[in-house]
Amino acid sequence: MSTVQLETSTTSPPQTPRRPELASKSSSRAAKDLLARVVMWVAFVIAVVPLVWILGATLLKGGQMLLESQWWTNSQAGITPRRVGGGAAHAIQGTLLLALVTAVISVPIGVFTAIYLVEYGRGRLARLVSFMVDILTGIPSIVAALFIYALWVSTMGLQRVPFAVTLALVILMIPTVVRSTEEMLKLVPNELREASYALGVPKWKTILKVVLPTAFSGIITGILLGLARVMGETAPLIILGPYTKVIASDLFGGLMATLPSMINNDRGESLQPAVDRVWGAALTLILLIFALNLLGRLIGRFSKVKS
Amino acid sequence: MTPTITGRSLVDEEPGPDGRPPLSGDRASTGRLGDRVFSGLSRGAGLLVVGIVALVGTFLVVQAVPALLNNNVNFFTSREWVPSGTEPRFGILDMFWATLVTSIIAMLVAVPLGVAVALFLTQYAPSWLRGPAAATIDLLAAVPSIVYGFWGLTIAGQYFTPFQQALSKVFGWLPVFEDAGVSAKSTLAFAGLILAIMILPIITAISREVFQQVPTAHKEGALALGATQWEMIRTAVLPFGRPGVISASMLGLGRALGETLAVVILLSGLNSTTGWSWSFFNGGSTFASRIASGASEFDSPQKTGAYIAAGLMLFVLTFAVNAIARIVIERRKAFTE
Repeated sequence: MSTVQLETSTTSPPQTPRRPELASKSSSRAAKDLLARVVMWVAFVIAVVPLVWILGATLLKGGQMLLESQWWTNSQAGITPRRVGGGAAHAIQGTLLLALVTAVISVPIGVFTAIYLVEYGRGRLARLVSFMVDILTGIPSIVAALFIYALWVSTMGLQRVPFAVTLALVILMIPTVVRSTEEMLKLVPNELREASYALGVPKWKTILKVVLPTAFSGIITGILLGLARVMGETAPLIILGPYTKVIASDLFGGLMATLPSMINNDRGESLQPAVDRVWGAALTLILLIFALNLLGRLIGRFSKVKS
Repeated sequence: MTPTITGRSLVDEEPGPDGRPPLSGDRASTGRLGDRVFSGLSRGAGLLVVGIVALVGTFLVVQAVPALLNNNVNFFTSREWVPSGTEPRFGILDMFWATLVTSIIAMLVAVPLGVAVALFLTQYAPSWLRGPAAATIDLLAAVPSIVYGFWGLTIAGQYFTPFQQALSKVFGWLPVFEDAGVSAKSTLAFAGLILAIMILPIITAISREVFQQVPTAHKEGALALGATQWEMIRTAVLPFGRPGVISASMLGLGRALGETLAVVILLSGLNSTTGWSWSFFNGGSTFASRIASGASEFDSPQKTGAYIAAGLMLFVLTFAVNAIARIVIERRKAFTE
């Protein structure tokens, strides 16, 4: 272990009585300290550069598209890469629809798993579940997509439909919901539970009527952050959800467009109208995700569990 | 000391009447229907999570094995990738190399940078800057990976060219810096850099959390002994935060190993004339990028099986990395409590 090298005063005692002088920093130590300070500032600036650069570039190149009203109302039906026009309504609708269905499936599973971990689970099974949640957190989106492909297409012999995409997204969203809900449930003071038990309320009603409402805003925050994560996922779409240019809302048949797959579809084009649309879709996607993030954080900030 | 807060109630620890064992876990229930249903539901959800992970593993293995049995070359040591036809030949060596190189480059850049940014946010930044700065770094995590890839290819890539040329000019005698004739924005090195930007927010966020938990007494103790701020960080903050930083890095590594779209967009395939080399300035395919690029040709079970076998390897890799991260965190818990 390295220890702090304390500077001991080696100079001869001063002739005249003076105020005792504290050991002063040697110049090399001061220099190191300054160097570290500079390095940290530089590191921060370096970390901010790509963010500003990406956001600036996307705004600059895609901003124009978002200002046109047809971007929000029209699809790409009948639009070729050579032609200007059309919008991203089909992709925006697809992204929101898939996100909604993903949330509807993964929120109950995630919240109940968190309830199990905090309120019920003890011993080996709880540790196993907690471990598996961690493993699930780390599963690459492409592996989740391959698994659903193996299950849905190879084994069950079904078509690649939007619902299969949501199943892959559910796998990616569950761990986020579990972890954030778990954190929130742990913050609920035990006194609340005990007061409820003391009134003779059964445990399940205590959880449902006391614990969950207390942690509600925090859980919503976690769900929004989880949604923000899965909305930008592209790998499951490549494997399970081919792109289409028209508006579609059938989850169990046909194709459905999303913003990531719209970007992916046109990213190889060199014609300017298509390139503009790629940046437009990228900006729309970033704005959607930012909005969810922001909303999640705001809800989290204004209604924290007071511990 | 604040009491540790768990969902457990004091009720769970008191022995019941007639010397019954203390109520714990499910036994705190009243045994009524509602309680049984609710605890059943939550236990079921927990089991479902375990089941999903088990199913992922099982399905990948089951679908990969027939293809692997048909394989005419060694899966682990072959560089070929011809998964179809009567004599399929496919191996993962090249993918393993590309995945490893991009991830290691990402780690070499992102871990020191992430730790430095976390230190900046917790120790150096003036208090008015802390909140906005942390939020800004968090926003990096909200940019989808496909946007990083597209940005890297169309905008940032050209600025990497002079760096790469300079490096291969000066250090070209080292095989890893050899010029492989691949455009700078499509090399393993540049893909690694983009991955570094992507995992930076993860590493920063977790490191920041641990650095915030360093007891004030440790820090003030160091300062009281005359340490400069940097010495205080080196002797009090960094040792305390080390397990957290390690687990953060592992999580970042897991993300880098499995990142798909940015790598698909950036990396060019291997040059057909020169082929594979040790060079970081060569192209290649990672596990994830090969699977994603092959997604359109999942037509026969044999072909699909080969890609699923590659996916299985990726799953095993990330499983191992995450398990190690988890163990490190567990040990830290045991250490601090």
